[in-house]
Amino acid sequence: MRKYIIKRIMLSVLILFCATFVIYIVLRCLPGNYVETMAIQLSTKPGAKSFEEWMAQLSATYGLDKGPIAGYFVQIGNMLKGNFGDSWRWTVPVIEKFNDVIWLSFVMGAIAFVLELIIAIPLGVIAATKQYSRADYAITAGALVGISLPTFFFATLLKLVFSVHLGWFDISGLVGRNHAQLDAMGQLFDKAHHLVLPIVTLVIISIGGLMRYTRTNMLEVLNSDYIRTARAKGLSEKKVIYHHAFRNTLIPLVTIVGGSLPGLFSGALITETLFSIPGIGYTSYHSMVVGDIPFSMFYMTFMAILTLSGNLIADILYAVVDPRVRIA
Amino acid sequence: MSDENKKNTMSEEEQLSLNDDRRVKVVSPGALVVKRFFRNRIAVVGLVMLTVMFLFSFVGGAIMPYGQDEQFYTYTYMEKEYVAATRNDELRYSVREGGEFGATSQAQFLLAQMKGETEFSYRDNSYSLKEEGPDFYSIWDSEGKILAIACKDIVHAADNMPELSFNAKYEALKAYMNGESAFTADGIEYTVSEHDILQDGTEVAYISRVVVQSKVSGVNITRDFKERLEETIDNGEEKFLYTNEAGEESEYTIAYDASAKVWSVTQATKTYVYEVYGSPSKEHPLGTDKNGMDMLTRLMYGGRVSLMVGFIVVFIETVIGVILGGLAGYFGRWVDNLIMRIVDVFYCIPSTPLLIILGAAMDGMNVDPQIRMVYLMLVLGFLGWPGVARLVRGQILSLREQEFMTATEACGIRVSRRIFRHLIPNVIPQLIVTCTMGLGSTIIMEATLSFLGLGVKFPFASWGNIINDVNNSFVLTNYWFIWIPAGICLLTAVLGFNFVGDGLRDAFDPKMKR
Repeated sequence: MRKYIIKRIMLSVLILFCATFVIYIVLRCLPGNYVETMAIQLSTKPGAKSFEEWMAQLSATYGLDKGPIAGYFVQIGNMLKGNFGDSWRWTVPVIEKFNDVIWLSFVMGAIAFVLELIIAIPLGVIAATKQYSRADYAITAGALVGISLPTFFFATLLKLVFSVHLGWFDISGLVGRNHAQLDAMGQLFDKAHHLVLPIVTLVIISIGGLMRYTRTNMLEVLNSDYIRTARAKGLSEKKVIYHHAFRNTLIPLVTIVGGSLPGLFSGALITETLFSIPGIGYTSYHSMVVGDIPFSMFYMTFMAILTLSGNLIADILYAVVDPRVRIA
Repeated sequence: MSDENKKNTMSEEEQLSLNDDRRVKVVSPGALVVKRFFRNRIAVVGLVMLTVMFLFSFVGGAIMPYGQDEQFYTYTYMEKEYVAATRNDELRYSVREGGEFGATSQAQFLLAQMKGETEFSYRDNSYSLKEEGPDFYSIWDSEGKILAIACKDIVHAADNMPELSFNAKYEALKAYMNGESAFTADGIEYTVSEHDILQDGTEVAYISRVVVQSKVSGVNITRDFKERLEETIDNGEEKFLYTNEAGEESEYTIAYDASAKVWSVTQATKTYVYEVYGSPSKEHPLGTDKNGMDMLTRLMYGGRVSLMVGFIVVFIETVIGVILGGLAGYFGRWVDNLIMRIVDVFYCIPSTPLLIILGAAMDGMNVDPQIRMVYLMLVLGFLGWPGVARLVRGQILSLREQEFMTATEACGIRVSRRIFRHLIPNVIPQLIVTCTMGLGSTIIMEATLSFLGLGVKFPFASWGNIINDVNNSFVLTNYWFIWIPAGICLLTAVLGFNFVGDGLRDAFDPKMKR
């Protein structure tokens, strides 16, 4: 088992290395040299160094004076030392900005994720046990609608109904107008109030996948021989489903849930941007559209790490819960 | 299947012997799939939705009489300040040609007039004044010559006529006050009828207390207009229509400013403009957008773009994915290892951020919208193939071990033929399902990018960039017809693909109960 895990981790590191290389090359080959623009901006400030000096300094900082491959190693060396450079858009070190915004995204993602689990798994089980019933059709169609809804359209609809017409929530932002006057408890409630619509959006958009996954797996389990045996023994339907079938459905569910845990940190790019929630998604969107290379590079590396660790956790969990996998 | 088939063959049953093959209706696997598909209600609904969206986009666009970037114009009324009118209620002075009657003298005159004196002096000059009528005074200098008149009524020159001379004004006012019907000034005879002063039957001037000032340069306010204005003000109305000499009719709105005692008149002029955010009407069932283009037509052409982008991207994905996945699955060993590691690398490159960065970079370079669309499709396709490759490889790995593959090997069939003629067709069912679902997600991806302004750009329409307008919160709240229909189209198309994909998955699955 340990050998398997170590092998997987080594492989992941190798993949990460390749992926960051691809990302680096893409960002570096971007035309419309952002470093040049930066140098022009910096050199026009009063008492600043000349353009050439800035250009040389910035190129050295970002490893642009060397070839792409040598430059990549400079970059990766810096990254390993925990030095991701300064964000151009936010004019603070990338790590500092990241620490500022990541927890908001995490809280938002975690709440949405828990809600998803609470809603999706029971509905999936119901749909599977009553296959081809009206409830099954409704749940399957509902799940597909959730998957098919474009985030931006759904978020806009929510805004129109709940912010514009009903006036229950602010249209965007994390804090209300009178946030500064509130006491600590009030400020917390204010923030929670502003997070309602984004979380609803996240839950509705991503609930369909989990619901379908639960349904498919539950159906598979319900068709297996040991369920027939359980029924033949004369066990009550309730016991068959919640004792024998559901526990076996949990195996794939645990792996997929474990695998999506790192994703809680990835933030929701579109939702956060639409609702102006200053989380990691919003921050990186605004960095990326202005060509803030250090922050974009960091964010994409971070996302790659999250994906890889998600896969890793899912694989390991799968091996843990299902002993048959370990042999392979 | 058996029950139905029995019924169908019931009539012929007598003629057939028991072990006759014709007793059993043979249905090909393909027909079975079709049958299973059409039994699934959700899948049929999805198919209907897709058909509607395709007809809407491709046939609808051809039927609509408008082009996708045809702009429409409309007349709109713009309120412009036209004139300001005041009713004169203080004495106004007219001074003899060459005479001098300055502001201080005027003040002295006012003092004298109020005290009821008939004489006053200023500096070395002494003046005498004479009340000629109500609010009408004449001022005479020490030599006994008339110097000025002060009157609340004003003698205005008639349209296109020169100002009357001082003498004529004086005589006119005198005649007007005394109710005389004729007077002579400077040797010319004038007649007075009501407010008008006529010379040889033509109007040269008129007397009125209303002063109208033009607020628009180069416009002469005609007397006719003034009278109309006066009449409206007297009637206490706020609006009137007036046709000027050129025959243009405009609506005028009067607003009274009590503190300044000024009636300010605004003119509503017809202006020819783009029909921006026009409401739904007979010509434009969904109104017009911010550029004055027909919304319904944009929606149809947007559908074409969204669907085309979806198909091309999925095609690219599938071609790359099938080739690489097929190679990896068939050859195994190091080829498999290499290709699968590439797949892993592509899998963990976050695609949305990458697309946003590329979109922003293309914005910076001002890439032509058409070329941009091509790039978008290529990048989306190139980022999407790993999923297909994984699927194909997994399927082929299991198919490779089956007997029919041993048979192809024994027959000595070429490797490329073995992969593409014998293995790939067996993967097709799964591939179709994945592609159908992939079409939906690609369309969402494209729409999201276009919504952010980083995908398909104006002048091309796409469902995403139509919704982009809601970034303007005025559109969000007031013009539902701009963005809700586009969202519904998007949802319908994507939902259609997902329903059909889901139905196909079930239909292709031979383990399905029905």
